[in-house]
Amino acid sequence: METPELPGLAAGFGALLRRDLQLAWRQRGQAVNPLIFFVMVTALVPLAVGPEPALLTRLAPGMVWIMALLGTLLAADALFHEDFVDGALEHLVLSPQPLWLLVLAKVTAHWLVIGLPITLLSPLLGLMLALPDAGFMPLLVGLTLGTLVFSLLGAVGGALTVALGGRSVLLSLLVLPLYVPVLIFGTSAVTQAAAGGGIGGPLALLGAIAALALAVAPFAAAAALRTGIDG
Amino acid sequence: MSPAPLLEFRDLTFERNDVPLFAGLCGAVHSGDILQILGANGAGKTTLLRVLSTALTPAAGSLSWRGAPLPRQRSRYLAELAFIGHTPGLKRALSPRENLRWLGGLFPLHRERMDAALALLGLAEWADIPCAQLSAGLLRRVALARLPLSGATLWILDEPLTAIDRDGTAQVEELLRRHQADGGAVVFSSHQALALPGVRQLTLAG
Repeated sequence: METPELPGLAAGFGALLRRDLQLAWRQRGQAVNPLIFFVMVTALVPLAVGPEPALLTRLAPGMVWIMALLGTLLAADALFHEDFVDGALEHLVLSPQPLWLLVLAKVTAHWLVIGLPITLLSPLLGLMLALPDAGFMPLLVGLTLGTLVFSLLGAVGGALTVALGGRSVLLSLLVLPLYVPVLIFGTSAVTQAAAGGGIGGPLALLGAIAALALAVAPFAAAAALRTGIDG
Repeated sequence: MSPAPLLEFRDLTFERNDVPLFAGLCGAVHSGDILQILGANGAGKTTLLRVLSTALTPAAGSLSWRGAPLPRQRSRYLAELAFIGHTPGLKRALSPRENLRWLGGLFPLHRERMDAALALLGLAEWADIPCAQLSAGLLRRVALARLPLSGATLWILDEPLTAIDRDGTAQVEELLRRHQADGGAVVFSSHQALALPGVRQLTLAG
């Protein structure tokens, strides 16, 4: 009996990424929930606080960033829990493929389904909140990096809480403090640009945080998953 | 001297909430062996199988694979292991074929033989229907369809016959017989007796 070959790293990554994108497409009602939340809240702000452009301009960077943060956080909860419930997580943990690679595939899918659409929608919301023209570029670049960090850190939180009840509360408590620096640098990039200042500093810091999260989070989440299913 | 057993476990102890579930379990699985784990409900069959698969860590005791301690060669072991737990681990929104496809990225599987494997388990007409619409017995068959595709030496199967009808049981027996003839080994839990020669049994006292 000849033995089939162990699929390569790229095949493993691709198979899981494809699976999660397929699942998101089949259950798209569920997948667009955070996006609808994101758009609705931002659309309600001018109605609630009044439509004066000066006030909205002041609020815009923070509002868009907070909504992006909460939208991703809402979805982080389900990242590993569904796989835990139906037993698919056991396949991931018992695969000869390195677990960090599979975590990375799941994070990539999560970002493509949640983070990327939020980033692409953000200019529209900037428009609704009277964001000055100079603010759009840093908003897009910042959110691209920021949502990636949110997904990566959300994966660590989701992995730590995978087998617990009342997960979303604990997940928020674990992850929110780590989200704060991203929020501060992200909004300050947009605010500084809108005020006519340079944006290199905050965006460079965001890039550094993203690089760090990319290097550390998959391993941390993999270790957390191993202990998570143990018991 | 006989060759080293494929899988050997010594003095396995597992505790749940500080109460021992089983203690001091020893055993070995050689090439061509079929080991059936028996025991009352709650005796720890599933836990033992998960410990053998390395999904759970025992409180005490050791595992070895092909004569060498397991923790140090876990990835080599996993490449030769097919573990099917009692929750089948299938995505309900995906069809049987799509489920086998993603499993094929995680485990060494003969993906080109997928149609034959689906047909072998009587799933040909269900291959492209979302698993959410399949019955429990059909879902179990989908999970088992991984076995004829797999090149794994050791199969660890938790209740492979749950919800499976009489024809299905015969098909599973045939799969095990073929695997045995190929020099593979099987550890499984079931309350049913299988019509296979040389099944050894290990009973958990509970």
